[in-house]
Amino acid sequence: MSLFTDPRWGEALGHLPDYLGNHVRVSVTALALGLLVSLPLAIISRHHPVMRGALLGLASIVQTVPGLALLALFYPLLLALAALSLSWFGFGFSAFGFLPAVLALALYSMLPVLRNTITGLQGVDAAILEAAQGVGMTPRQSLFTVELPLALPVMMAGIRTAAVWVIGTATLSTPIGQTSLGNYIFAGLQTQNWVFVLFGCLAAAVLALAVDQLLALIEIGLRNRSRLRTALGGVGIAALVAATLVPTMTRSQASYVVGAKTFTEQYVLSALIAQRLKAAGLFATTREGLGSNVIFEALAKNDIDVYVDYSGTLWANQFQRSDTRPRQELLSELEAMLAKQNITLLGELGFENAYALVMPRKRAEQLGIRNIADLASRAANLSIAGDYEFFSRPEWASLRKVYGLSFRAQRQMQPDFMYAAAASGEVDVIAGYTSDGLIAKYDLVVLGDPRRAIPPYDAMVLLAPKHADDQALRAALQPLLGRIDIATMREANLRAAGNDATSSPDAVAQWLWEKVGNK
Amino acid sequence: MPTTPLIAYAHVGKTFDGGRVVAVDDVSLEVAEGEFLAIVGGSGSGKTTLLRLTNRLIEADGGTVTVEGEDVRNVDPIPLRRRIGYVFQSGGLFPHLSVAGNVGITPKLLGMPTAEISARVDELLDLVRLDRAQYLDRLPHELSGGQRQRVGVARALAAKPRIVLMDEPFGALDPLTRDALGDDFRELHRKLGLTTVMITHDMTEAILLADRIAVMRGGRLLAQGTPAELSKSDDPYVGELLRTPRRQAERLGALLPRDGAA
Repeated sequence: MSLFTDPRWGEALGHLPDYLGNHVRVSVTALALGLLVSLPLAIISRHHPVMRGALLGLASIVQTVPGLALLALFYPLLLALAALSLSWFGFGFSAFGFLPAVLALALYSMLPVLRNTITGLQGVDAAILEAAQGVGMTPRQSLFTVELPLALPVMMAGIRTAAVWVIGTATLSTPIGQTSLGNYIFAGLQTQNWVFVLFGCLAAAVLALAVDQLLALIEIGLRNRSRLRTALGGVGIAALVAATLVPTMTRSQASYVVGAKTFTEQYVLSALIAQRLKAAGLFATTREGLGSNVIFEALAKNDIDVYVDYSGTLWANQFQRSDTRPRQELLSELEAMLAKQNITLLGELGFENAYALVMPRKRAEQLGIRNIADLASRAANLSIAGDYEFFSRPEWASLRKVYGLSFRAQRQMQPDFMYAAAASGEVDVIAGYTSDGLIAKYDLVVLGDPRRAIPPYDAMVLLAPKHADDQALRAALQPLLGRIDIATMREANLRAAGNDATSSPDAVAQWLWEKVGNK
Repeated sequence: MPTTPLIAYAHVGKTFDGGRVVAVDDVSLEVAEGEFLAIVGGSGSGKTTLLRLTNRLIEADGGTVTVEGEDVRNVDPIPLRRRIGYVFQSGGLFPHLSVAGNVGITPKLLGMPTAEISARVDELLDLVRLDRAQYLDRLPHELSGGQRQRVGVARALAAKPRIVLMDEPFGALDPLTRDALGDDFRELHRKLGLTTVMITHDMTEAILLADRIAVMRGGRLLAQGTPAELSKSDDPYVGELLRTPRRQAERLGALLPRDGAA
């Protein structure tokens, strides 16, 4: 099968109206908001050096914050604001998805617009300004008939830069719940679907280029006073916005939203849940690639309706518990804590996806390591790798405390590359996930935890507060509970990590259902 | 000469940089209606500052500037500037506007209907002897220096002002263009009954164009009067300024055969 006949191109194309539409909406809104704020600020500050310096300084600082972090920061900020607004004014708003993405991207767009507008206005010849005054223009007339038209080329260059930045950075709004072309990239990276990654990058690049060229057309039109060109550019942008609005507006809004975090298993499970809902005659869409903290808040606020989380994650992250309990005790306490937030713990799926220390089988045998206690005595000569959050998680602190673990070096890695790194000997030990199919694929071994430093991580289905009494939803998902054992999930994950057409989350979810549905 | 001056400066002073730089120092000067006054001085003499005080591009620190009998401090500067023509050094044309757009700018600011503006622009281009068919839609960068300055003059005259202020209008032009433009403007001044104040550093130009000349140095007014009156001044700087054109005239007279065919 050649690259071009791969059926995943077709699948990617199927998502395009939704992803592109959302991407354009969030980018255009952010850019419009950015311009609405930056242009007046730049114009006001052109005669105030102190304000100008402060503005440019602030915008530069914003620019140094990595895009992903900036987007992620807006989520808790808006959550707090929404809570304040609810208690003060009696209404809340969703801090999920569109709003934080628009605000962060608008902020991101400000620097090029501010800088170029200020530079452009300052670049207008003093003699020309004097002439404008001398012929009897008011400051306002001078601004609109002389200064802005003369600064326009420099300003437009800034606006075009901002547009390209915003469209590019908008791909990072996927983890905070805003569907975008980033969905291709995040999903593709997680499930090793390079067709999706490539498709997402290409689509974002083509969109950025198209908008840039339309803006260039408007710029040339304005500069040469050519109404035709200006109108053409304007119509082009309007058409782009309209075209991306239509498909999403005709879509049913009354559907269940199934959340998924940023790793393969979550993509498969959300696809499985969505398929079950559709089979029960309900509408369902998936919202994938959500950050671990974002997804729980989103469920609590009814922004998503259902997702799968893990008992240990909730215990340690959402409820900030650092103690470890026996499994049943932990589960019932968790259920009570969730109930306080009106979240329904529907039940466990039947497998655990716990953090576990993993190393190549041969190497473990050579060194005589069977469990973490054995590892502790050797750790000083070994290196360890974990995902981006592992080393700041309570499990790691607990492991170090209980076993006195101390490694020669520790590294952070994209989870999907971690197993290959362990297999090739690039790192000695990794903090992997027990349900990961790559453990079997690379002939790795999970080290035992005799002192129970790591809490249980049962996969469990959570329902949003508004679905506490939703019998249709419960009935549709009931057949999944307790059915998926660790071996089946590992195999499903291994399939999903493959790089071919049968490895899409949907295909794997179907396989999984065939396997467990008839038990 | 009429009794009430059209423009009058009385003990006018202006300093910059919080008093450290004295630009204009106690200057008193009157310009009669219909008069063509040239203010001559080197750079830093305060001549440009004095001109700008007239239409409130700069505000005076002390003394009084009167235009058409009114203290300019009591006049809204925007209408004041619209009724006084101003010709800037090297044109000061708006680079993004066509010749027509530049010339018609003040009428447009005054709210004149578009049809009237274009008729007025045609009239003005004829007045400054620019072929309208050829130049109307050109941008300033497509014009020669002399043509730009003609457009500058047309723009200054667009709202039919009684007063025209000129800031070294012909300074950057080649001698032939300069001569032609100077003569043409002098003719317009007479024909339209203008009152003109022109700044120049060139005494020869001042003598050839103006009725009366004021000499400034270091912010102070050293002398004023017709060329004949100035030549009687005992101020050494005024004498020095007049020596140059006089010597040039003598040498030119000796070098060029009076009725030669050259």
